Amino acid sequence: MTIMNQVKTDNSSSTLASNSTVLRIVTAGSVDNGKSTLIGRLLYDSKKILQDQLENIEAAKERYGNETINLAFLTDGLRAEREQGITIDVAYRYFTSDKRKYILADCPGHIQYTKNMVTGASTADAAIILIDAKAGFIEQSRRHTYLSMLLGVSHVIFAINKMDLMDYSKDTYEAIRSEIVDWLPKESNSDYHFIPISALEGDNIVKKLDNMPWYEGEALIDFLDNLQVNPKNVFDHFRFPVQWVVRPQSNEFHDFRGYAGTVASGHVSVGDEVTVLPSGLSTKVKSIQIGGKDVEKVSPGLSPTILLEDDLDISRGSLICAKAKPALSDNRINAVVTWLNAKPAQTGKRYWLKHSTRWVKVIIEDLNNELNLHSLNFEESSSSSLELNGIAKVSLNCSEEIYYDLYEDNRTTGSFIIVDENNFETVGAGMITA
Amino acid sequence: MLCEEIDTLTYLEAESINILRELVAECEKPVLLFSAGKDSIVVLHLALKAFAPAKLPFPLMHVDTGHNFPETIEFRDRKLAEIDEKLIIASVQKSIDDGRVDEQSGPYASRNRLQSVTLLDAIKEHGFDVAIGGARRDEERARAKERIFSHRDAFGQWDPKNQRPELWSLYNGRHRQGEHFRVFPLSNWTEMDIWQYILRENIEIPELYFAKKRKVFDRNGMLLTPSSFIENLPGEEIFEASVRYRTIGDATCTAAIPSEADTLEKVIEEIIATRTSERGQSRADDKTSEAAMEDRKREGYF
Repeated sequence: MTIMNQVKTDNSSSTLASNSTVLRIVTAGSVDNGKSTLIGRLLYDSKKILQDQLENIEAAKERYGNETINLAFLTDGLRAEREQGITIDVAYRYFTSDKRKYILADCPGHIQYTKNMVTGASTADAAIILIDAKAGFIEQSRRHTYLSMLLGVSHVIFAINKMDLMDYSKDTYEAIRSEIVDWLPKESNSDYHFIPISALEGDNIVKKLDNMPWYEGEALIDFLDNLQVNPKNVFDHFRFPVQWVVRPQSNEFHDFRGYAGTVASGHVSVGDEVTVLPSGLSTKVKSIQIGGKDVEKVSPGLSPTILLEDDLDISRGSLICAKAKPALSDNRINAVVTWLNAKPAQTGKRYWLKHSTRWVKVIIEDLNNELNLHSLNFEESSSSSLELNGIAKVSLNCSEEIYYDLYEDNRTTGSFIIVDENNFETVGAGMITA
Repeated sequence: MLCEEIDTLTYLEAESINILRELVAECEKPVLLFSAGKDSIVVLHLALKAFAPAKLPFPLMHVDTGHNFPETIEFRDRKLAEIDEKLIIASVQKSIDDGRVDEQSGPYASRNRLQSVTLLDAIKEHGFDVAIGGARRDEERARAKERIFSHRDAFGQWDPKNQRPELWSLYNGRHRQGEHFRVFPLSNWTEMDIWQYILRENIEIPELYFAKKRKVFDRNGMLLTPSSFIENLPGEEIFEASVRYRTIGDATCTAAIPSEADTLEKVIEEIIATRTSERGQSRADDKTSEAAMEDRKREGYF
């Protein structure tokens, strides 16, 4: 009899989730600058490429007649992607270190996939911009950097790759670094970091090898492990969009009326004063439950059910806020919108808009400045439409007031999606500006 | 938002609860697909937490191939009685009897792929517009590209090249008549997260997940369980070994693995040490082609 091959490894990273935290990252880059190799390396060196997945890649290698194992085959999930050798869609990858669970949104790099980069960056805490040291800080890297900052990614990490092809030269690295620093805006909500790497050799990814003794910083994974909240991005006012009203209507919980949602920002404790939008009325938090059990206080990211002292008119779409600083409300808002659909955006046309837990109708009134994806400047546009992958500053007129914060302050209460009225496809994504 | 104040399992739990509440609010008639496997047991646990102290705002449905491990059915029925929720059984046997699908024959026969038709028929019959599933993106690379709210057209098909973009946590559950969604609250969980959550929350799972002496036979390196549903090939000898199951699916294509791990802690230790992925190790159905999962998903599989 043959007992299956269970390859054992000395895996010192026991990946105990109990004391780890989650970090969400986005990577962008094109086929040429080694993104798939980097990701393959992160997965492989942190022992996440499993035996049978390697066998699948081996089989695919023969099928497509490639000469060497292509680590990109690990990340290209769809048959069309493998056949065409391109990445079409955002793929989500998972790996763990001793300190963190990583959720990595792997985005294709081409300009026609700007929508995917925007999607991947929308939830990311950190962006890895992969730069080919041979090619320098090219237009595509500038675009990815710009989009990461636009989407409010706290940490932008420039991984200067292919250092092995540049004799691990400090001068090359420093030259690219200063070119990037010169280009970056002087004021930004994002922090910048630089790491010279060789994804192919595994240098400064999981381990520091001996090739670049002049580099005094950490390897990429250690750097990510120790990354902390960027203090520029902390918005500590309580925001709680109501998702669902919990009313058991049973004898045991006859009078129970709880508001279920996810804390978008800030903290709330039993006894705190809150203001509820749209009514503007205030009350106090009576109790907080998670999974039916009482807790004293909740922090951002948690999904409690909150009970209030007074019986106010609250339903899905209401926003419970800190009384000291409630959210803004208006039906006319300014925003930066990315268009995600082949059918262009049109001014004057009606769409649905979903903001936090509310749906309203919306008309794009003005579509003036459009981002030039090459120069990365907003330019005056005379067009009344916005094409797929286009990014523009717009003014919107909503059918009802929405309760919001600026996107730069709060990614949850500052963002929305635009949905087609007829086929309900998600056609646009927006960030509210002043 | 970098959630430094909450640990990984708490983060994942809160995200899944948010997804469950959102789909209930966005759609008309959801159903939770419940197979009594560990992933769907975790989804059920999360759903009970999401709506507590109220009852679940949706029924459960088991797509039953008829080729079950007896322990699975015993567990399913006991669990349902305990939480006093409604279970719908969508039967693959009935689909066969009604001529909706053709039963495969021979030693490699499996009803695994037939489930798609039974599932789609049941969704239509009951008018469900969301089927909640326990699939995870780390299971298989076609799944790595699937949305949390995954749209299905009127034919129940998934179009991987034309998926709705999913930004922030703004899920779009709107759809036209006849279309539906598959929603995957565990999208961002890994197998390890699932096990550690089961441990932390002290969630009961079927005993098949723990090592015990069981009768098995070897087929292409997979240890299958003898039953009346599987035709044995010449030379496939039945023997006894200490094994456990890493996944529990249709009995004809779910393999056991040699193991001495008879407690949750030991199972977790063993998974940490292993280098073979869950599906590769115990699912014969994924070995049939390089894009086996993508093909099955396109036609309506879970």
